[in-house]
Amino acid sequence: MEKFETFSGIVAAIDRSNIDTDAIIPKQYLKSIKRTGFGVNLFDDWRYLDPGAPGEDNAQRRPSLDFVLNQSPYKHAQVLLARENFACGSSREHAVWALMDFGIKVVIAPSYADIFYNNSFKNGFLPIALSASIVDQLFEEFEQSDDFELDIDLENQCVTNAAGVKMPFEIDEFRKYCLLNGLDDIGLSMQHADQIKNFEQQYYASYPWLGNA
Amino acid sequence: MAGQTLYDKIWAMHQVRQDEAGTGLLYIDRHLVHEVTSPQAFEGLEMAGRSLWRKESILAVPDHNVPTIGLENGITDPVAKLQVDTLDDNCDKYRLTEFKMGDVRQGVVHVIGPEQGATLPGMTVVCGDSHTSTHGAFAALAFGIGTSEVEHVMVTQCLIQKKSKNMRVTIDGAVSEGVTAKDIVLRIIGEIGTAGGTGHTIEFAGEGITNLSMEGRMTLCNMTIEGGARAGLVACDQTTTDYVKGRPFAPREDQWEAALACWEDLHSDDDAVFDREIHIDGASIEPQVTWGTSPEMVTAISNAIPDPATVSDAAKASGMQQALEYMGLEANTPFDQVKIDKVFIGSCTNSRIEDLRAAAKVAEGRKVADSVKLAMVVPGSGLVKQQAEAEGLDEIFTAAGFEWREPGCSMCLAMNEDRLEPGERCASTSNRNFEGRQGQGGRTHLVSPAMASAAAVTGHFIDVRKLT
Repeated sequence: MEKFETFSGIVAAIDRSNIDTDAIIPKQYLKSIKRTGFGVNLFDDWRYLDPGAPGEDNAQRRPSLDFVLNQSPYKHAQVLLARENFACGSSREHAVWALMDFGIKVVIAPSYADIFYNNSFKNGFLPIALSASIVDQLFEEFEQSDDFELDIDLENQCVTNAAGVKMPFEIDEFRKYCLLNGLDDIGLSMQHADQIKNFEQQYYASYPWLGNA
Repeated sequence: MAGQTLYDKIWAMHQVRQDEAGTGLLYIDRHLVHEVTSPQAFEGLEMAGRSLWRKESILAVPDHNVPTIGLENGITDPVAKLQVDTLDDNCDKYRLTEFKMGDVRQGVVHVIGPEQGATLPGMTVVCGDSHTSTHGAFAALAFGIGTSEVEHVMVTQCLIQKKSKNMRVTIDGAVSEGVTAKDIVLRIIGEIGTAGGTGHTIEFAGEGITNLSMEGRMTLCNMTIEGGARAGLVACDQTTTDYVKGRPFAPREDQWEAALACWEDLHSDDDAVFDREIHIDGASIEPQVTWGTSPEMVTAISNAIPDPATVSDAAKASGMQQALEYMGLEANTPFDQVKIDKVFIGSCTNSRIEDLRAAAKVAEGRKVADSVKLAMVVPGSGLVKQQAEAEGLDEIFTAAGFEWREPGCSMCLAMNEDRLEPGERCASTSNRNFEGRQGQGGRTHLVSPAMASAAAVTGHFIDVRKLT
């Protein structure tokens, strides 16, 4: 996993609450057995006027020019701004993969669905929760600017706008550590392999029926 | 010290270790695997040269992509076929238990787990699928995980988890005749909202819940995720143990008494404290229908389509307006004036034998309305299908004009050929009415199996109690 570094990036905003994972990456694209290549179909139903299918050349499709990610400079957005309960619905990690494949590294929203939130950190992707009122302000700034940028600093847990206004955010220490150092969860858990083995021994002695093959 | 909740107890049984910040390493008993969220996990562990910790914990089945018609031709979509073939290859390679296509035990992953006794009280159950919450019906801590976590469980048999908060939803008193588990859970989601349970594990309690069969409890827990909670729970009782006994993966006879003794403790202590408590009067619950593009956009069938103009919160009103536009609905329209194009009876929410019986009871002696283009019944597994056919339910359905299909996820998420065309309106027993969920531009109304069947035979939504 790549280390998460401080950056400044273009912000694209989608003014909707409860954006679900079916909207982020529709089901037909989940047939892929890879982790990459989902970016062209990110928000597919909103981004294109005609229906798409896996393997199709998306350059031949009709883009919906009203949709923010089809507009300049948001085609190159690295930060996505949205409303509460972002990425509710299915557990598909493809939602994170699609956002990242498009080039987005951070989402800012007042709240997230639990599974998506969890999936994000496994991929070096940062979901930032800011209060609804601050998110409101950011939407206003986005509306008033043609190239709204934010500075994202995970180390200091801070989002900063061009005027220098700092907006601090909370994050679990362990998750922050893993993101900053690009650490793989599996490797960390395997350090406890002996403890897991000891646990298992006692566990199956207590609950032998769970050890049935 | 206050007593423990059921969630606290199962967590404590499975916690291998805890770090200073309170993050736990949780041991996983059962890992259900399907074709969509596993290929990247297998690939990941292979690339890292890692192996599987406990193969016996895995039960795999293809379900999302499988066709429900023309099985003799196999999967014709090459992309879908590759995904199912990849699951087969991975299971063969690692010698994992898999119910392949053509096996009578194949079906929707959340139907076959319990059916086989692979879900047991007190277990931790995970799957790369958000509707894993279904298995909480067995007093098992069950939740959906992403593909990275699928790989993590494969390699370590554990998950890194933070403990969630405790929430309890109590249905006080019995529900009325004709009101099902689906109506109960839709009503709960309407009440708490689609993010109402975020960060919590929800235990369902009260007479309205304990009266439910295991299949009803599965429907209830299945949709916990639509209320934002990853896991739902129902305490273990006689109904639970009667269901489990004798199933292929259940405790052997010589282990049964010890298991029963352990399971007796699988309930919240009387003095347990919950972070949040909700009470709903059972008698107040009516058959439900969703009208919008989120499961929280739901109301009783006797109400009309809600009017955003009556809502004071501007953001909420605009969300409602957006949903009504997508759904092609006018505020204040009575539901019996909302005509449907298709009917889908199936999914991990409502495709078990009791669901099919309830739908067949309404369909018996009636005909699918001429205006309905397609009404399909998709059993949850090959064994459910077999049982239904033994009871003659298939004949009732086909005589009424329903299509009787092969098991799979089908039009719940429309990954196979079963889908809505743009603008089509569907009465569906599935779990999500998101935009495009059942096909791009499709309009989904979530209902119980009996209500879906009633919509099929009348061509519009109607209180099923008026038909019986």
